Amino acid sequence: MPILVDKSTRVVVQGITGKEGAFHAARCKEYGTQVVGGVTPGKGGTTHEGFAVWNTVAEAVAREGANCALIFVPPPAAADAVMEAAAAGVPLVICITEGIPVADMVRTKHFLASTASRLIGPNCPGVITPGQAKVGIMPGHIHKPGDVGVLSRSGTLTYEVVGQLTKRGIGQSTCVGIGGDPVHGTNFVDVLRMFNDDPGTRAIMMIGEIGGTEEEDAAAFIKSSVKKPVVGFIAGQTAPPGRRMGHAGAIIAGGKGTAAEKMSALQAAGVTVVKSPADMGATVAKVIGT
Amino acid sequence: MKVHEYQAKALLREFGVAVPKGEVADTPAQARTIAQRLGGKVVVKAQVHAGGRGKAGGIKLADSPTAAEQAAAQILGMMLKTPQTPPEGIKVRKVLVEEASAIDRELYLSITLDRTRATHVVMASQAGGMEIEEVAAKTPDKILREWSHPALGIADFQARRLAFGLDLAGDQFKQGAALLRNLFALYLAKDCSLVEINPLVVTKDSRVFALDAKLNFDDNALYRHKEIAELRDPNEETPLDVEASKYGLNYIKLDGNVGCMVNGAGLAMATMDIIKQAGGEPANFLDVGGGASPEQVENAFRILSSDPSVKAIFINVFGGILRVDRLAEGVIAAVKKLGLQLPVVLRAEGTNVEQGKKMLADSGLALTMADDMADGAKKAVALAKGQKA
Repeated sequence: MPILVDKSTRVVVQGITGKEGAFHAARCKEYGTQVVGGVTPGKGGTTHEGFAVWNTVAEAVAREGANCALIFVPPPAAADAVMEAAAAGVPLVICITEGIPVADMVRTKHFLASTASRLIGPNCPGVITPGQAKVGIMPGHIHKPGDVGVLSRSGTLTYEVVGQLTKRGIGQSTCVGIGGDPVHGTNFVDVLRMFNDDPGTRAIMMIGEIGGTEEEDAAAFIKSSVKKPVVGFIAGQTAPPGRRMGHAGAIIAGGKGTAAEKMSALQAAGVTVVKSPADMGATVAKVIGT
Repeated sequence: MKVHEYQAKALLREFGVAVPKGEVADTPAQARTIAQRLGGKVVVKAQVHAGGRGKAGGIKLADSPTAAEQAAAQILGMMLKTPQTPPEGIKVRKVLVEEASAIDRELYLSITLDRTRATHVVMASQAGGMEIEEVAAKTPDKILREWSHPALGIADFQARRLAFGLDLAGDQFKQGAALLRNLFALYLAKDCSLVEINPLVVTKDSRVFALDAKLNFDDNALYRHKEIAELRDPNEETPLDVEASKYGLNYIKLDGNVGCMVNGAGLAMATMDIIKQAGGEPANFLDVGGGASPEQVENAFRILSSDPSVKAIFINVFGGILRVDRLAEGVIAAVKKLGLQLPVVLRAEGTNVEQGKKMLADSGLALTMADDMADGAKKAVALAKGQKA
């Protein structure tokens, strides 16, 4: 039993007439995901590369029972797209868009608190439950169904660990990219709780990075509540302080948010911390005894 | 994005936040004229994007226009070295000439994002003029905090609470509370990522104003603030940084000699880490982005090979949106145009990897192929040291 997305997930793609939106909607559908259509305001009633297009998310919900929104809307309008999906009652909103102004996300996160929707991202690769549904931009073919849950703040580094796992014959229950922005929806603790409660997940691979304190919060939660083995890696062990390393949220500020602090917090919580990114897959294999 | 103090103060003035009278000068003669206009004692301040200017000799007091001219002559053109600048320092091209004030108290004020609470926080302290991290570490109870409501901002009662907490009373209190509200309005209106007033001063004649000002802006919001984007000073950035940002590449120059080119920020950081673990030092952080075009890859390659400290290049790509065949196209074009001087190690996985590897093999380029990240790092570090891969 996976978390967040599965065979029954019905995806509406916001920004489907854009280059990225159209490309990835097709890749998700190829993977077997139920993509019920897309939204581009002003282009409702048309079809785009075989997908039905609506003016509003509410229409996609009413006509097709969409229960997940996948957002490719450009940064100036992306936060609004998240709110539109939540207001339409879509329970799971996954925002891929990178580059949303922080102030927009502060307001949007507050708006979401008054709805029942869960946001994943923004600035994330999305969510995949191998063999069932791919709702995001990750390369589907590197995944394999299985029982290791993967959660990460990074995109390609997640592909890296998945590649290492699959090469060893270790499959994944669900892989969740929570995104690299300083203000985002679902956090590490939320996903850890889901994996801990998921009978289909046996072990957890968590990939953090410098900046913020989410890994420390995760460590506290793991110590108090997680019953499954957790392997952790923190990117940015060599990152200089005060510089933003690509992701808006990846910055050591005022001496806080270093990889060393996060690694020791995770270690103290009983997490098996991997120092080299090349050893992530092998360490998971060792921990689960395969 | 950062701006200079004089630019920050112009914005503060626009939002009704009190600042000292002053003007910016490019030459000692201009500094003299400004000092004449201001009358009395003035302060001459180097305009660079770095803190710690005072200790480094970048701020001088002058009690006459002639002294101001002399101070400006000393500061303009100097390579100012502070703990926040590169080791060689930053060249001073402008000075701010301001009225000097008789200071009674130095306070601290800042506004930034609180990631944990997902809203903005205003911080105030009576320990002005000091590094706030130091105050936070030694006497955390001396820092007052008020969090803005995500939709409503800072309420008047919160501004009052901070002003009272700073021990401001009477007319000083009124000035302080108004200053706080106006500063927050500026922070929101211009999409700042940081506003720091250190120190906020109370003068002996009971005026409250921002003696220093540091403003940083959210790069992602610059599209809606053209007037702020225009304040960018390329002189404060390394030429390679400027070049990289022109092509939408995330590039940060570091001290080592193994150049790396990676797609995705997390993998790029991890690549730096593994180079270090293999006994080398990364020359840079470079994220070409999830969906880089062959042109971007080509430009990234050119930037890396134009850094004289780079002795070997490690390309580490896990293709998702960025297909490996498109990466190959960019690498081949770049190498052919630039002429390959440096050893290049390539590790690629993901979408269209076989096609991409075949293109590279057929191109006749002298690339060293790596099986995985660890193998690639090891080979690149060896090549950078002049050894065999």
